Amino acid sequence: MDNNTGRIVRVSGPVVIAEDVKNAKMYDVVRVGKMGLVGEIIRIRGNRSTIQVYEDTSGIRPDEAVENTEKPLSVRLGPGLLTSIYDGIQRPLNLLRQESGDFIARGLTAPAIDEKKLWDFIATSENGSRVSEGDFIGYVQETDLIRHSIMVPFGVAGKLAGIKSGKFNVNQTIAVIESEGGKTEIRLSQDWPVRVSRSVRRKLPPDVPLITGQRVIDSLFPVAKGGTVAVPGPFGSGKTVVQHQLSKWADSDIVVYVGCGERGNEMTEILTTFPELQDPKSGKPLMQRTVLIANTSNMPVAAREASIYTGITIAEYYRDMGYDVALMADSTSRWAEALREISGRLEEMPGEEGYPAYLGRRLSEFYERSGNAEVISSSTRRGSITIVGAVSPPGGDTSEPVSQNTLRVTRVFWALDASLASRRHFPSINWLNSYSLYQRDLAQWYNANVSGEWENIYSSTMGILQKEAELQEVVQLVGYDALPEKEKSVLDIAKMIREDFLQQSAFDDIDTYCSLDKQFMMLSSIIRMGKLQSDALDRGVTMSMLQGIASREKISRMKEVREDDFRNYHEGLMAEMEQQITGLKGGR
Amino acid sequence: MPELNYKSISEISGPLLFVEQVPNAAYNELVEITMPNGETRTGQVLDTRSGLAIVQIFGQTAGLDVKRTSVKFLGRTATVSVSDDMLGRIFNGLAQPIDQGPPILSKERIEIVGNAINPVSREEPSEFIETGISTIDGMNTLVRGQKLPIFSGSGLPHNLIAAQIARQAKVLGKDENFAVIFGAMGITSEEANFFVNEFRSTGAISRSVLFMNLSSDPSMERIILPRMALSTAEYLAYEKGMHILVILSDMTNYCEALREISSAREEVPGRRGFPGYMYTDLSTIYERAGKIRSKNGSITQIPILTMPGDDITNPIPDLTGYITEGQIVLSRDLQRKGVYPPIDVLPSLSRLMNQGIGKGRTREDHRGVADQLYSAYANGKDLRSLSAIVGEEALGTSDKLYLKFADEFERKFVNQGRMEDRSIEGTLDLGWEILSQLPVSDMKRLKKEYLTKYGKWQEEKDAVS
Repeated sequence: MDNNTGRIVRVSGPVVIAEDVKNAKMYDVVRVGKMGLVGEIIRIRGNRSTIQVYEDTSGIRPDEAVENTEKPLSVRLGPGLLTSIYDGIQRPLNLLRQESGDFIARGLTAPAIDEKKLWDFIATSENGSRVSEGDFIGYVQETDLIRHSIMVPFGVAGKLAGIKSGKFNVNQTIAVIESEGGKTEIRLSQDWPVRVSRSVRRKLPPDVPLITGQRVIDSLFPVAKGGTVAVPGPFGSGKTVVQHQLSKWADSDIVVYVGCGERGNEMTEILTTFPELQDPKSGKPLMQRTVLIANTSNMPVAAREASIYTGITIAEYYRDMGYDVALMADSTSRWAEALREISGRLEEMPGEEGYPAYLGRRLSEFYERSGNAEVISSSTRRGSITIVGAVSPPGGDTSEPVSQNTLRVTRVFWALDASLASRRHFPSINWLNSYSLYQRDLAQWYNANVSGEWENIYSSTMGILQKEAELQEVVQLVGYDALPEKEKSVLDIAKMIREDFLQQSAFDDIDTYCSLDKQFMMLSSIIRMGKLQSDALDRGVTMSMLQGIASREKISRMKEVREDDFRNYHEGLMAEMEQQITGLKGGR
Repeated sequence: MPELNYKSISEISGPLLFVEQVPNAAYNELVEITMPNGETRTGQVLDTRSGLAIVQIFGQTAGLDVKRTSVKFLGRTATVSVSDDMLGRIFNGLAQPIDQGPPILSKERIEIVGNAINPVSREEPSEFIETGISTIDGMNTLVRGQKLPIFSGSGLPHNLIAAQIARQAKVLGKDENFAVIFGAMGITSEEANFFVNEFRSTGAISRSVLFMNLSSDPSMERIILPRMALSTAEYLAYEKGMHILVILSDMTNYCEALREISSAREEVPGRRGFPGYMYTDLSTIYERAGKIRSKNGSITQIPILTMPGDDITNPIPDLTGYITEGQIVLSRDLQRKGVYPPIDVLPSLSRLMNQGIGKGRTREDHRGVADQLYSAYANGKDLRSLSAIVGEEALGTSDKLYLKFADEFERKFVNQGRMEDRSIEGTLDLGWEILSQLPVSDMKRLKKEYLTKYGKWQEEKDAVS
């Protein structure tokens, strides 16, 4: 064995301890053993380095070599990221398949982005111009949907030379930047360490909603572009479907989907459905704006820990180009469990429920990488990252550490509810427990862009739902028949809101996406119905008479009506309601 | 490393052996342990350092000592030798025959710790499996390549249901090579006999492989048994193109064995003393279900677990539910009412149902009927608990209908015979029949065209005609 390499002295699951690793620094990437498994140094004590290995360590023995690459764990950033599907450490899964077949073998390496493909580079800066970090010098059309701007890497500034348009692969030099310190060659791609966030000039307040087409979200618990959402829920409550719906329909430019310790078949579902789905605006396949990171539950646990960082770094790169990026992390609990597992193997002193004491810090560091921001560049440009993190609390009990630490740092909370799910009320977002701290800030936007009535309709809706919860308790005591007619009407309208508005089928071609206009019209017709009923009751009409009117049926069919036909349908419905209810004669 | 016999055991603790002066055992390496009386045991390296190997023993530790017991490192990880001769045979947890038959002679040895299936290679499961049980086919549809566990409790008839599924499961319109692999972990000899007799009496044994670890057998073998079973399943599915149904019973015993080892290793315990890596460990079992694009066969898993104290939030069902694609939950209430199979549809779920149903697969109205049954039954059950407080008299007229519906649903739709094999059309028609007791205006989950096509409301039909 040559003197430059370290030597393994202990192997215990994904944790390997080695002696005399050359120039060992924290978070250096190393190659472990004869198979050359990828690992990362996570602790140094004297001449001993503790390494977390991103692949299964079966068959590795003490005395095998450890080689230090002396580079931190990094991702490759450049054209070709979109439409890719990666494992937790940015190895493209389709290339791994070509190399090792249907099962993932160990010790494989593959270039993260295609190095042979030639891209049409269009220069937008001229030779001799002065450029600094973050400036655009040109672009390539990465997919039909996304123009990929080539930026001056961080830490580089000077005079541009040798830039020209043409066909290049990601490793070829497209320009040189000359400064006093020397020359820097610029390529279409650059590397960035995943554990270091890419800085921005300043963070801006989030003031535009991320429109998701999901009624309960957009209307009641909206998230701003650049915001953070926690989606906790027990299994079977529909976390993954919510995440899928958002990555399909949210109006962000780029979607990064991190499947972190979840099911293999779910990733397959994304892979088969996304290429067939079309972007509602451009008609192009949604896959063209998507990067997938799939580290399923049975793939190595250390790579699961890394997958979240790989995802957020890619998101930051596109934000720096000025795009609105949505990052879905499903599920952060699995990531936290990976931390716990590694921490246990390191024999660290455990904190709550065996999680390491630094769990809260790591979670807040991650969510802090979101935001609406002015990015670093000599021209003014903004971009945003919205993070939607699913949490899988054991037994659905959100008092556990991962949920609690997540709720401390996120501003929107969609509480998924097992009892709603069991009666097939989807999305099973509980309207009483959920909240959005952006609601107030975004109300202005809604009032200006959808309807001036928005705010009123919103408060009426929440008021009715709240009232329903109180009345339900009374019903438990005295029975429904004992309620006054007015209160029966509140229950009736609340039921309409729940069943005819909040419930939305992700699997129905029409209902899967609902525009803000349609949402507003649907809700306003239900609220109008409530008003008309209340007036009629004052005239002495009874609830049983009101329940017989024909337009109720039309309210329950609103979901099935196409966007294009909806305005007509809505106007017809409003007129019908008015006429039918005012036509009822009171019994007094 | 040369094949040496080490007699340098320094400590024996539960199922763990600490062997000193071992220069470099491989992680997960297989070892052979020879006891003073000449008997041998198999084991596996759990932790290896320069000069020390910690070995986990499969089998009884009675009779082991630190002086004369010797340990041989075999230089390879655990494998199983596989062949299609295994069909019709019974093995123990280490894949040794226990049916007095000849040993399996085969050149094919495969590692039992399978690599993860590349998500890119997976094929989306979409072939409907008809089990003949209404609550499963109609409301929690099973598809090929799915992992759908049964969450049961002690004293509930999960074995009968598993046997009924194994007997009746078929893919409509296809006649393909189909086999059952049954992995029993820590079950009683009575339960084991039930399955063996069941498989023999129906002739299913010839297309089955049984792995048996009884409750009196060493608990450490329970750790390795599901991996033996699944490696065999993978061989038959992906090399021989067969469609395999793997039934694993009882995962609770498996998890308890895992906890036993973890505590012997003095690891930091997680919830209820189970190790922090139990999620990852269980996923390496459950995620081996699936279909691969380039291969013909498939692996469908039905793991069975008994929830301690009927508590679905216990870590065993909880972590399982987060990995599997749904769950079938049995209810003691229904069992008391004499309903078989006592499947409580409300907490039950099949995540892959949508892929397997609808036009061309089952029937166009399937989704709507299932959703409508769900919401009506949930409503009926709520009213049942309400009427227990305020009395049935205080309920409105339509509420009374829902109350009656919930009873009918349990009695007619859920309840069926042990030998009754209902077709999917039969199940859906039955659903329409009991829904017809409710007001047609409440049928919000069903499309209008299906209401007229399949609905059994007299007025509705009259109105149309």
